[in-house]
Amino acid sequence: MESLTADEVRYIAKLANLYLTEDEVEMYRHQLTGILDHVQSLQEIDTEGVEPTGHATEVNTVLRDDEPGTPLERDQVLANAPSTSGEFIRVRTVLD
Amino acid sequence: MTEYEAVIGLETHVQLNTKSKMFSNSSAEYQSADPNTIVDPVSLALPGTLPVVNRKAVESAIKIGLALGCQIASVTKFDRKQYNYPDLLKGYQISQFDEPICFEGHLELPGDNPRTVRINRVHMEEDVAKLVHVDGLAGKSGYALMDVNRAGVPLMEIVTEPDLRSAEDVVAYIESLQSIIRYLGVGTANMEEGSFRCDANISVRPKGTETLGTKVEVKNMNRISAVARAVTYEIERQIRAIETGERIVQETRGWNDGTGKTVVQRSKEEANDYRYFPEPDIPPLEIGREWVDELQAELPELPAQRKARLIADFGLSEYDARLITSTRTTAEYFEETIAVGPTGNAESRLQFAKETANWLNGEIARLMNVDSINDVSATKVKPLSLANLIARVMKRELNSNTGKQVFEEMWKTGAEPEAIIEERGLGMVSDTGALEPAVDQAIADNAAAVKDYLGGKETAVRFLMGQVMKATKGQADPPMVLKMLREKLETLKANAGE
Repeated sequence: MESLTADEVRYIAKLANLYLTEDEVEMYRHQLTGILDHVQSLQEIDTEGVEPTGHATEVNTVLRDDEPGTPLERDQVLANAPSTSGEFIRVRTVLD
Repeated sequence: MTEYEAVIGLETHVQLNTKSKMFSNSSAEYQSADPNTIVDPVSLALPGTLPVVNRKAVESAIKIGLALGCQIASVTKFDRKQYNYPDLLKGYQISQFDEPICFEGHLELPGDNPRTVRINRVHMEEDVAKLVHVDGLAGKSGYALMDVNRAGVPLMEIVTEPDLRSAEDVVAYIESLQSIIRYLGVGTANMEEGSFRCDANISVRPKGTETLGTKVEVKNMNRISAVARAVTYEIERQIRAIETGERIVQETRGWNDGTGKTVVQRSKEEANDYRYFPEPDIPPLEIGREWVDELQAELPELPAQRKARLIADFGLSEYDARLITSTRTTAEYFEETIAVGPTGNAESRLQFAKETANWLNGEIARLMNVDSINDVSATKVKPLSLANLIARVMKRELNSNTGKQVFEEMWKTGAEPEAIIEERGLGMVSDTGALEPAVDQAIADNAAAVKDYLGGKETAVRFLMGQVMKATKGQADPPMVLKMLREKLETLKANAGE
């Protein structure tokens, strides 16, 4: 298949919240194109008459009763946050 | 001049009042919890955690679907909606994309212009964490404080077809939907609290044409009055833009309640690319017919059905019946009052129902508003006490003015009307013997008014009547007083003419 463009790679990176150097853009352009080529090969399989599914297992309808359990302690909740402020996780303001 | 019409579709997010979250078991009662105290590994998006669907949330979703006349999917699935925002810890929201749990329903708009609004879909998803923005000090950039408690609270998104035509339609739709959610008991549907949020897709077109104009999404409307103002503003803005030859851009605009305007938030060129795909952590959900039938059987009588029944059974006006049935508690209070009210002939029963409606929609609604009470059954006045009061006013033992005085005391103290009437020596005076001195006194003290009456100005009797009511502290039976005054004045007139 046709190679991805550098702009497409930058767009995908932006959606994934990644910041790439120009060298990385070039590297991923080749790698991602290779992955797409590989996935493309799946298209050769004849799926005539096969129902589409999002799942590979036969399991369905796994439900849980509406019973509250024990939550994490606040210390645990905040433990992995890059920045905290009092009882809260502190994050950068994002403008729409 | 071209006449325009607005074409509006709504997307409403309704929080469910389940005890636990949509996909994990920490408490969903975030309104009353201290920050970051009802968080579990799933809602915190820790790696390796597994979301498991809350059965009650699915049942609530099905009930909402049934109440809106939707088809219920026999198989439904969840999908990942991916975008980056600090309040979304996983980097994706578990939602439903192409196989929503409910689809193709409708909601009837009440009022003078009844109409059917088609419901496109109802789907299940999860709420996000809550951010509180903090402004930076001079020159420094601000930041936000995040409380994860709300992350994972069950959220239903209800999407209409573009069947609404005005701000009034939008308000009627919202009120009806809120009412249905509360009747079902699946949520509080409170806009101010954020348990009911609404975004509007608005476009305008010349009236009579079929092609849709470019639509603009309006967000950030946090109360019903803001919705009405924002929709009105946006319709007018678009019409003005078209008339001045401006191009309408497909974009998202935010309502600013302070300035009373919508402002651009995001244009289509930079619109989100959500890259939905099936949520691999949650297997598909099969919904059997028996399950749906069971839930159908659990549905309460809904506001529209109840309204129709109150109109049919008690001859209420559409307006009265709509106000009474807008909340389940008020409708129940009304019917309980009727049930304990006096038995009588059909006519007096209808009259009693009408009076009860007047009290509920008038004085009681007013006092509930003053005292900020939402639930009439939480007030001090019980249906039986109200029924007694109304019966006394109908039997003319009290006039309507004294009735209100007695009611205010009942409202404050919860006392029975009989006790208040006795203690205060209230009660209507319609005994001619008791009224006669006051009537004579009024005639004796107000020669000018009497002269006016005798001179042909019959309205002067109203003034005299006011004097009698004042002298009897408002307790006299007004029609009786009027009759007595007229008789006495007519006698004077006849005597003067001789």
